[in-house]
Amino acid sequence: MEPIVVYSLVLSAVLFTMGMLAVLVRRNPIIMFMGIELMLNAANLAFIAFSRHLDKLDGQVIALIFMAVAAAEVAIGLAIIVSIYRYRRDVDVDAVNSLRG
Amino acid sequence: MNVIELIVFIAAAALALIGAAGMVMSRNPVHSALFLIANFFALAVIFLLLSAPVLAALQVLVYTGAIMVLFLFIIFFFIQPGQKHAYVYSLPWQTFFSGILVIVLISVLVLGLYMGGVFTAEEHVQSAAMKVEELTSPQALGSALFSRYLLPFELTSLLLLAAMLGAVVLARKEKRDDREEKN
Repeated sequence: MEPIVVYSLVLSAVLFTMGMLAVLVRRNPIIMFMGIELMLNAANLAFIAFSRHLDKLDGQVIALIFMAVAAAEVAIGLAIIVSIYRYRRDVDVDAVNSLRG
Repeated sequence: MNVIELIVFIAAAALALIGAAGMVMSRNPVHSALFLIANFFALAVIFLLLSAPVLAALQVLVYTGAIMVLFLFIIFFFIQPGQKHAYVYSLPWQTFFSGILVIVLISVLVLGLYMGGVFTAEEHVQSAAMKVEELTSPQALGSALFSRYLLPFELTSLLLLAAMLGAVVLARKEKRDDREEKN
């Protein structure tokens, strides 16, 4: 493999882990969302690196579709956060326990 | 991969890592968003190095231009200025366990890359420059999108439409109780 592909894959693994760390240790749902975005971006980076490695465009096409999915996900997720905020005046994920049994 | 590419890659990767770390660490959500924007710009540079110029442009346009602006908009509108991150969790030892989980995940990922033979320096076949040319050209990406990947591409538009309608319905102020009583 080309060195740049290898470095990109390692960088992608590290960024994915950092996104997961953000989801795990933060309680603000907006920052957890940013962690999810970071994980999606890390996956995109891996796809594009493999597209370069295989000399095929498929990885780039999948990365492009990922971007559209991420945009849709952010729109819906932020709308959910806004409606929770309207209802509770608070966006702490540990405090949102209305469905708790 | 020549020296200039390596230097640019290292700079961009360092910026990406700093951005990700700052996003996780900073207590102010606005700072988190700005760090994440820096991270996305660095990733756009890396996409350029990986011969995907269209995706680098789309990264800047879609992620930093649309998604992060939406994030900042929501933060500015809905989070009170005094609201900071409190390191109090409902689960005991949450930080500790998440640290362990993160270490496990990164080792599994790197081990997977190692087992997949990524690190073995195999003599890489000097692919013709024409191939890389085809990889970088927007025409090739466009014709792939409109021929072989037409169905997923069109489904994406449907998904965006559904997301738009869903966001409008979810974020609308509505007197739901009255309407349900009438029904």
